[in-house]
Amino acid sequence: MRREIPLIITATVGIAYIIQYFIPHTPFDKVEALFSDWLSIIAACAIWLGALNLLKLSFINVSKRKKDWFFSLVIIMSWLTMAMVGISEGPGFQEPGTKFDWLYNNVYTPLSATMFAMLAFYVASASYRAFRARNFQATLLLVAAFLVLSGRVLFDEIVFGFLPADWKILSTISDFIMQVLNTAGQRAILIGIALGTVSTSLRIILGIERSYLGSD
Amino acid sequence: MGSDLIGVWIAAFLTLGIMSFLYKDNPWYKFSEAIFVGLSAGYWFASLFWQSLHAKFWANWSPAVQSLFQGQFDYNLLYTGAGILGLMMLLRLIPPIGWISRWPLSVVVGGTAGLYLINYLVSNAVRQIGSTIQPVVTFPESIGWINSGGVIIGNVLVFAVLIVSLGFILFGRNTTIDLPTPTKLFFFLIALVACALGTFYSLSMPLNLTGLIIFMGVFCGLIYFFFSKEHTGFFGGAATVGTWFLMVTFGASFGYTVMSRMSLLIGRIDFLLVEWLKVVN
Repeated sequence: MRREIPLIITATVGIAYIIQYFIPHTPFDKVEALFSDWLSIIAACAIWLGALNLLKLSFINVSKRKKDWFFSLVIIMSWLTMAMVGISEGPGFQEPGTKFDWLYNNVYTPLSATMFAMLAFYVASASYRAFRARNFQATLLLVAAFLVLSGRVLFDEIVFGFLPADWKILSTISDFIMQVLNTAGQRAILIGIALGTVSTSLRIILGIERSYLGSD
Repeated sequence: MGSDLIGVWIAAFLTLGIMSFLYKDNPWYKFSEAIFVGLSAGYWFASLFWQSLHAKFWANWSPAVQSLFQGQFDYNLLYTGAGILGLMMLLRLIPPIGWISRWPLSVVVGGTAGLYLINYLVSNAVRQIGSTIQPVVTFPESIGWINSGGVIIGNVLVFAVLIVSLGFILFGRNTTIDLPTPTKLFFFLIALVACALGTFYSLSMPLNLTGLIIFMGVFCGLIYFFFSKEHTGFFGGAATVGTWFLMVTFGASFGYTVMSRMSLLIGRIDFLLVEWLKVVN
């Protein structure tokens, strides 16, 4: 009961999607549209689950006065503020001038942008370790990254400024790397991922792959 | 003080709080991080409430229920199933009956598997292979046979330089001539320049050198991913060439990632200096 019904549901929904591709007519197209909305609603509930779980764990931390409980209290306050303001604003909650928009622009966006900007320092540190030309492959990585970077900034004007204006040497090499070598590598990776996804999807639909159901 | 000015000061305070982590982990950073975590969760909670649950569930289900009370059946009543499954998903918060959330989870997993099986096969496998296998020589009607011959010889020469250079790199270690790494790098750079020139040349010419290089890269890259046969001999050589293409791809992606992160960092510093401190116009 705990495992068999989910397996039947998985196979039914998966096969419905496959049939819809091969027979894109009524009733299968309507079934696909319905299932798409169902998926969207259930996925929204799954994200709600994560958000509510964060709230639950933070409440536990505060109530038991665990280490750094004050920061859990900050999480609860900011969680409730954003959620309550957003829900109370109505369907147009993201429109310019709303309180939600103010919070988004003045608190959420600066925090989000700074958090990702900080990665620049860690990327610099990682690139030092990855780009040391220890062997030929690492040298290729280094040369490709350097050429792509230099072709996308003003290096052409600085290094080759004495050449005619339309001679963009670094840009041409960078374009060649991006449009030819990079395309070839990306395609090999994409085809590999596609074949892996197809085989994994088949295993899931046929009930061979069951790890998503957990162990109990 | 207007709300804009308060907003700028709050944004500056939190920006510096996150940046303070560069020194070391500290309460100011933890405070800013906690606000970020809480706001992110609250943001998605409110967004999904209006954009998914209200727009897709309530807007369809509520009129269907009203119709039912008036004695009419509306197919949107089927959204009841989504509502029940959504509630079942939230039951994961109650551990004794948390297993019920497997039912909605299986709808998501099954739907995603069915959708991806077709989409990935069509878009990422079939179409990518179709774009890779292209004609190598495509002469326009207007070009004469003498010009055609010259073009072919020119491109073959460029391509020969490429092949010889790659051969030196690939097989140099297996011969008595053990080339040092700088020499290999030199040959590779010659090959790279030859490729660039050849590509530039073939852009306006009938020989599709670009397509040929892409085909080689995809072919060798896929051989590298084929683990059912040992990578030795010709197979191993092709797999090695595949790793070169993959390394260039990773290098290019890494370069772009560095640029995007730097761009964000410049944006934050620009905010601090221009909008907050106003020391730069």
